[in-house]
Amino acid sequence: MSTKRPKSTTTTSKGKDKKADESSAGSVAGSGHPNDILPLTLTSATQELFGCRCDEDVTGDNPYKILRKEDIVQDMRMRAAVSDFSPMKQLVLDYPEDELLLVYDRDFIYGSSFYLVLTADAKERHLKVIEVALEREPSEVFAAQKTSEPQPWISLGSEQEIEEESVTDSRPRLKYRISRVRREFGAPIFFSDRNAMETKDGFIECTPYQDKNFSLKQMERHTGVQTIPNLKSSSTQTQWTYPRSMCTQYEPREFSEEKKENCLQSEKLKNFVNSVASRFEIAIQQNEIMDVFFDDWKALSEEDSGYGRKADPHLKEYQSFTDLHFSKEKTISNINWHPTINGVIAVAVTERLSFEDRINGSTKLLLNPSLILFWSFSDPINPQLLLECPDDVFSFEFCPSDPNIIVGGCMNGQVVLWDISTHVEQLQGTRTSGGKNIAANTNALRENETPVVRYCAVSGIENGHKAPITDIQWLPGTFEVSRMGVPMENKNGICVQIVTCAPDCCVMFWDIRAPRVLQTMADQRKQKVEEKPLENPHGVPNTFKHLDLTWKPLIRVQHISYCKTRLQLVLSTTFCPQDGELVYTDWKLEKDNDSGRLFSAKPSHRFIIHDGQVNTVRRSPFFKDIILTVGGWTFAIWKEGVTNGPIIQSSCSQKKCTVGYWSQSRPAVLFIGKEDGNIDVWDLLEKTHEPSQTQNITATQITCIKPWIVSSKQHLLAVSDHLGTLHILEIPWTLRSPSSNEKLSMSKYFEKEVDRLVYFEKRREMRAKEKKDYEAEELRKKTYLISHQPVIFIIGTLKL
Amino acid sequence: MAEVEETLKRIQGQKGVQGIIIVNAEGIPIKTTLDNSSTVQYAGLIHQLVMKARTTVRDIDPQNDLTFLRVRSKKNEIMIAPDKDYFLIVIQNPSD
Repeated sequence: MSTKRPKSTTTTSKGKDKKADESSAGSVAGSGHPNDILPLTLTSATQELFGCRCDEDVTGDNPYKILRKEDIVQDMRMRAAVSDFSPMKQLVLDYPEDELLLVYDRDFIYGSSFYLVLTADAKERHLKVIEVALEREPSEVFAAQKTSEPQPWISLGSEQEIEEESVTDSRPRLKYRISRVRREFGAPIFFSDRNAMETKDGFIECTPYQDKNFSLKQMERHTGVQTIPNLKSSSTQTQWTYPRSMCTQYEPREFSEEKKENCLQSEKLKNFVNSVASRFEIAIQQNEIMDVFFDDWKALSEEDSGYGRKADPHLKEYQSFTDLHFSKEKTISNINWHPTINGVIAVAVTERLSFEDRINGSTKLLLNPSLILFWSFSDPINPQLLLECPDDVFSFEFCPSDPNIIVGGCMNGQVVLWDISTHVEQLQGTRTSGGKNIAANTNALRENETPVVRYCAVSGIENGHKAPITDIQWLPGTFEVSRMGVPMENKNGICVQIVTCAPDCCVMFWDIRAPRVLQTMADQRKQKVEEKPLENPHGVPNTFKHLDLTWKPLIRVQHISYCKTRLQLVLSTTFCPQDGELVYTDWKLEKDNDSGRLFSAKPSHRFIIHDGQVNTVRRSPFFKDIILTVGGWTFAIWKEGVTNGPIIQSSCSQKKCTVGYWSQSRPAVLFIGKEDGNIDVWDLLEKTHEPSQTQNITATQITCIKPWIVSSKQHLLAVSDHLGTLHILEIPWTLRSPSSNEKLSMSKYFEKEVDRLVYFEKRREMRAKEKKDYEAEELRKKTYLISHQPVIFIIGTLKL
Repeated sequence: MAEVEETLKRIQGQKGVQGIIIVNAEGIPIKTTLDNSSTVQYAGLIHQLVMKARTTVRDIDPQNDLTFLRVRSKKNEIMIAPDKDYFLIVIQNPSD
């Protein structure tokens, strides 16, 4: 259906009216224009004829032209085929009225410039439109405000669609009436089954099928993903092999006795032995005649090696140390080489006053602190380190397992401990830089000031000895002594116990560990390092803080009436009391069954050999059971186990022997210091009735001798004298290199001496026995004579 | 038997001889003048040594064979005479 486009000025209601009208007319004729109009084209001649020239007579505003019918017919007659109206001749003739409306289709709505309205109604309509439009035009502006009134419904063809969709009966309904035959009314009913599958189309199946509508394939999916490591749990079982103690015992295969006998009897053996015996004899005799492997050349060189140096067997002075400040008016009581640092030696400096002088000058003494000086070879003028002591120290020792610990025994009976670990670097440093100029050393400590180390622990006065401690020794690190005096193994390997002796008849054992808490010294040192800033008023390390002033001896061994001055020990001890006696005893404490008190055993042996105070007891470094004692005017050598007496005793010398020491490298050599400043070198393999050589070192009494091996080429001997000077002497080659078999010779010599002693003992016994026998014999003789003689004689003899 | 004894005594009587051991081919001592433990030790060790020495000599020259072995040490000398069935071991201290 084509829509008739309304004219631009007309309202839509007008358009609808036209449309309704035309649709009722039916189909549209021609090319899309309603039935009652006919588009035509007029030539300009025709236009002039009828007076409807375009844009002159008829315009867009006034498109209508009324044409008479007669005119049109006439035109058609005159022009026949040429007339524009010829195609619609019939239509025109059929037109009922006299006037036709010609409309100028300016917009070519129907395809031509003019169209002819064919029906009267349409004409009327058109004219009405024109009139209304003409009327309406002035009031068009005000028309919009008028409310529209309901218009009659104009059908535009939509009800056709609805009618098509609606269901209506296309024909009248047929009615049927069905009934059963009358005879079957009320008849019994029989039901039977019938298989639906048998007959074709017995049933209609509605098979399920996969409805494609519902098989949706999910094209998109929104999920979250998390990655985790690939975990796999598995287990395994291992075969547990555990250690089992097993042992194997084997013994060599042996023949039984009879089997051996059989073999021995066999012919084969006899032949064998006969055949090889001669070879053996030759070989053995060869060996006897001469030892073919003996190196004569080497042996020759050893004996001759002293050639050229025999001229100088003397001890050469290497260095000497005196301190004007510290050791003036003092004497050196003890020397000790530093065990690890080369070239450092420590001396204990004490006042040389007698006991009375000490008491008289005790106030002055208190102001002068007692010291131990450390000397280093690099600096002969200034001591390297000073150890402060509460009182004069007669004896001190470095701890063998830790050379930073020094223990000393004082004159007032106290035991003192020092820890010099803070100054060790300095001691080592000055030694290595011995060649440098000391003035160039800008170390603050060294500026004309020797560092002073105060003692870090001291025993309580009431717990210590009541007399000056004369000797102090460290127990070797491998064993320690328990409270009962039983030696036990010390698993640490660190020396922790000290033995002291004093003339108050006491030997005390001290333990430097904290009571009950057996820490190692390393722990103690760690503690010290932590606590150092807090409890350290004098800059003293707290290594032995637990012992300070409360130190008590572990064991006290009391010997009645024996005073002690020196001791030397391994497993049992030897003491030498003051008056020349040598006492040998075991220190185990025994329990007295009656009173339950602990007391020490009685000494096993006593010897009175020396006629003066015994000042040295030393074990030989080569023979574990040979001991040297020096005292009075003699020295003696003892062997442990030989209880008859010393195996060697020297003759009395001119001057008192003050100190003695074994040589460290030669088993047969020992050094004896005299009170006139001489050193006697005894070579026991050379001569035993006098020293091999004597050398004067100093003018006063020698107080201490200590040798030291620096290297294989240099052996030094430290000698201190009564004036406070420390001399370091170098031991010449002859005195320091042992001859071949020296040790063997010495041991043989000692054995010989022991045999001699034993022989003498035996002889003495024998003699005693003989004497007894002789006396008994004499007595018997006399009694016999008495019984057989006249009275006078009897009287005579009785008087006798 | 008596001859064997006599020979051994003669060897034993030489100066410096410390001990004599007779060992069979397997290393089991048959006769000895030393104590049991030393004997067993010597026998076992020397047996191995002699085997080694013998194979050494024979490897170098298969026609050759070991006749006498002397082991000189610092303290003494051990002399061994091997045979097909027995060894004779003598220990001597030459320096005395």
